[in-house]
Amino acid sequence: MFGDYSIGDLGSIFVMQGFAGLILFSVYVLMALGLAIIFGQMGVINMAHGEFMILGAYVTWMTSSFFQSYLPSLFSGYFFLAMILAFFASGALGMLVEWVLIRHLYKRPLDTLLATWGLSLMLQQAYRSIFGAREVGVELPQWMLGSLHVTDSIEVPINGVFVMGLTVLITIAVAYIMYKSRWGRQVRAVVQNRIMAGAVGINTAKVDRYTFALGCGIAGVAGSAFTMIGSTGPTSGQLYIVDTFLVVVFGGAASLLGTIASAFSISQTQSTLEFFTSGSMAKVMTLLAVVGILMLRPQGLFALKVRK
Amino acid sequence: MLIGQQPKPFLLSVEGLTVSFDGFKAVNDLSFYVEENEIRVIIGPNGAGKTTVLDLICGKTKATSGSIEFRGKDLTKLKENQIVKAGVGRKFQTPSIYDDLTVFENLEISYPRGRTVFGALTFTRDAAVRDRVHEVAEMIFLKDRLNMSAALLSHGQKQWLEIGMLLIQDPDLLMLDEPVAGMSVSERAKTAELLNRIIKDRSVLVIEHDMKFVEDIAHKVTVLHQGQILSEGTMEKVKNDPKVIEVYLGH
Amino acid sequence: MNDSRFATRSELIGILVLAALLVVVLPLCLDVFRLNLVAKYLTYAFVALGLVICWGYGGILSLGQGVFFGLGGYCMAMFLKLEASSVENTKIQSTPGIPDFMDWNQITALPFFWKPFHSLTFTIAAVILVPGIFALIIGAAMFKRRVGGTYFAIITQAVAAILTILIVGQQGYTGGINGMTDLRTLKGWDIRPDHAKIVLYFFEVGLLFACIFIAQFVRHSKLGRILVAMRDQEDRVRFSGYSVANFKIFAFCIAAVFAAIGGAMFALNVGFMSPSFVGIVPSIEMVIYTAVGGRLSILGAVYGTILVNFAKTSLSESFPELWLFGLGGLFIAVVLAFPNGLAGIWGDYIQPRISKLIGARKPKSGWTDNSVADGAPAE
Repeated sequence: MFGDYSIGDLGSIFVMQGFAGLILFSVYVLMALGLAIIFGQMGVINMAHGEFMILGAYVTWMTSSFFQSYLPSLFSGYFFLAMILAFFASGALGMLVEWVLIRHLYKRPLDTLLATWGLSLMLQQAYRSIFGAREVGVELPQWMLGSLHVTDSIEVPINGVFVMGLTVLITIAVAYIMYKSRWGRQVRAVVQNRIMAGAVGINTAKVDRYTFALGCGIAGVAGSAFTMIGSTGPTSGQLYIVDTFLVVVFGGAASLLGTIASAFSISQTQSTLEFFTSGSMAKVMTLLAVVGILMLRPQGLFALKVRK
Repeated sequence: MLIGQQPKPFLLSVEGLTVSFDGFKAVNDLSFYVEENEIRVIIGPNGAGKTTVLDLICGKTKATSGSIEFRGKDLTKLKENQIVKAGVGRKFQTPSIYDDLTVFENLEISYPRGRTVFGALTFTRDAAVRDRVHEVAEMIFLKDRLNMSAALLSHGQKQWLEIGMLLIQDPDLLMLDEPVAGMSVSERAKTAELLNRIIKDRSVLVIEHDMKFVEDIAHKVTVLHQGQILSEGTMEKVKNDPKVIEVYLGH
Repeated sequence: MNDSRFATRSELIGILVLAALLVVVLPLCLDVFRLNLVAKYLTYAFVALGLVICWGYGGILSLGQGVFFGLGGYCMAMFLKLEASSVENTKIQSTPGIPDFMDWNQITALPFFWKPFHSLTFTIAAVILVPGIFALIIGAAMFKRRVGGTYFAIITQAVAAILTILIVGQQGYTGGINGMTDLRTLKGWDIRPDHAKIVLYFFEVGLLFACIFIAQFVRHSKLGRILVAMRDQEDRVRFSGYSVANFKIFAFCIAAVFAAIGGAMFALNVGFMSPSFVGIVPSIEMVIYTAVGGRLSILGAVYGTILVNFAKTSLSESFPELWLFGLGGLFIAVVLAFPNGLAGIWGDYIQPRISKLIGARKPKSGWTDNSVADGAPAE
């Protein structure tokens, strides 16, 4: 399939598709970060994670519509506010869900999967009832639309760079929270020994709730980024959940670096293949490669050897 | 049994055994030998690598280097179930029994027949199985609890059940990880009696913290410290070894 | 002692009650249209039955059972489609004698992997073997490397996603999103008229009971107890001399083959096969049938499947927007409040009262298998 292109062309294609894949990469990283926190740290499989993302997308869409109608002068800056709102909306929903549902299921990880799947169905229906079945698209402010000319044949979309930058910031913040802050230490303490953590005075219920909310909130931000690559519909989130789980598993759960590396390789493979074959075959080939590698190396890309 | 064939009639020869977890050597160049019909007790402070040694012998953990020879077979090259078939039985630290099955069924599963998929499908509970289960149940003081769900047993009874599950396998080497931990004084005495009864035709490798219990049963004691052997010999000898007193018995 | 090979007395009663319901009551009470609907539901019951063994007993949650349902269904549909695409029937196409969707996609010759499906014997073998071998490969790759639990669930889900995208993408070979439609005859026998639907219904019920018997046999064999034991203490089983992986592979394969039989019956009974029965959503729905019935109950799986689907049909007919809320709520309720599903409710609440009412000596639960143990023989 590479036969018709010269080496120089191929180079440009890889770079262009690489940058085009930036937003997909960002969405994957943000989704996977949220999932990795929830799955890696809490052992909960959140099948409704895609719906938390879509909530963020809807919030972004509503914010943009609001600015368009009432504050057109400030439209160019709405995206920042939208992301913050998306974070808090998804985080708040996550907190509620943890309280109503998840906290009863910490000892039954496979059952969290079923219960959150049920939740995802309900959320999808809720979105359909509230926002309608039609997909909505978000209009981007003018300054995010163009692209930077790097060379004659290479163009880099500005929104991709923007989202990418944001993703880096969020990742650093999450890494700081999980590995450096007092709260992160509490989360890890609870992960390692719930009873002991409770005994030394950590409010484990509260830690669980905020951890889950943080994961969902990040999914909400992923939703904001998502609005740039796809239109938002009630079931859009479902399409991403499997990919994201694969990203988490592929990277080796509980490894932040692994999550990023795996999100990068999966999104870039897919984006590059898309140029050469149809979108669906690119996806099939990517997923097949990931599943194949996981069968050979089930512990994922980055995992420690430990005494079990 | 192979006796007199080899110059060293050891049942188990562990030589140069090393395992490292991400650079940390939990067991470091360890060598020891267990004879036929010997009760060997491994003691040592927490983190000395005792459980890891058992894990290595039964195949739960793969060795980084070194060899474990058992009846002429190198166990480091076998899978867990092959190691069991070779004649090694292992009891875990926390009683691991099948809560959802009855005591009878717990013992029956360990009966060494029908261990393949097809064998398990066509396995029949014949007189030989029932007799053996009853025989073992009597030994482990659970004869009148055969039809009880294993979940309802007391902690001590669960420990016995797991020992029984190993007995029914009739292993040549029985490895027990803290068999009396959490037991009452009377249960402990009964367990010592049980162990002394079951060692007739086999060797036993025991990890235990309870020094009184160790003195009761041990033929020979190996003291582990930081993945290496600190001292080895009779309980009397080990107790008087200044190195041991310093790191272990001294506290 | 004799009956414990296969079923306890009360289980036998449960099987007879189900048989009476499916063979006598439903055919008498329902018109052909509704009966065909039941036939469609029952094709999922095969999947649910397999999940009882694989998930309920073995603790292996597969979220990709739609893959096996689909493989079985597509194998059967390929045979039926070829028979419906005789040169005679397709003479208006630019290439007569190949399925219509191939013609629409400018394919001019039958692809090589379609050719053996002219033979019914091959097709029946393929319905069993293709999914069985596929499950064997996945199972061997995963279980031999100790991948289980949530990881296994995620991987099977990914496989379901891949197969769906592949089927939809390769429409020239598979019929794409619309699937294989317009299936007409089986060896010249028209499968569409009412009397054929009734024959197929009874044939399917027969197959279902064959699978129930197999499941009962597995459950009452030592293998069934080993599966339960593995679910509790995998290491203990391993260090009792069993190859845990092989037992898991067996459970997974049997679930796959059951699902495939269901899929093949779906193609016959419903008259088409499409990717919408392969992907993640149907696969998870099949898990919920099992959960609703009671993940440990073989007969519960059948009842659960019928009830959920019946509720789905009637709810989605009258309140389409409520259905997803209902299904989602059902998932959550079953997981949170009734982890043993209908069978648990029956065993814990209903049956004791019935027994009390009729003053019978307390029997062990019928189609509830909550207590997996049935103990040593009373001597």
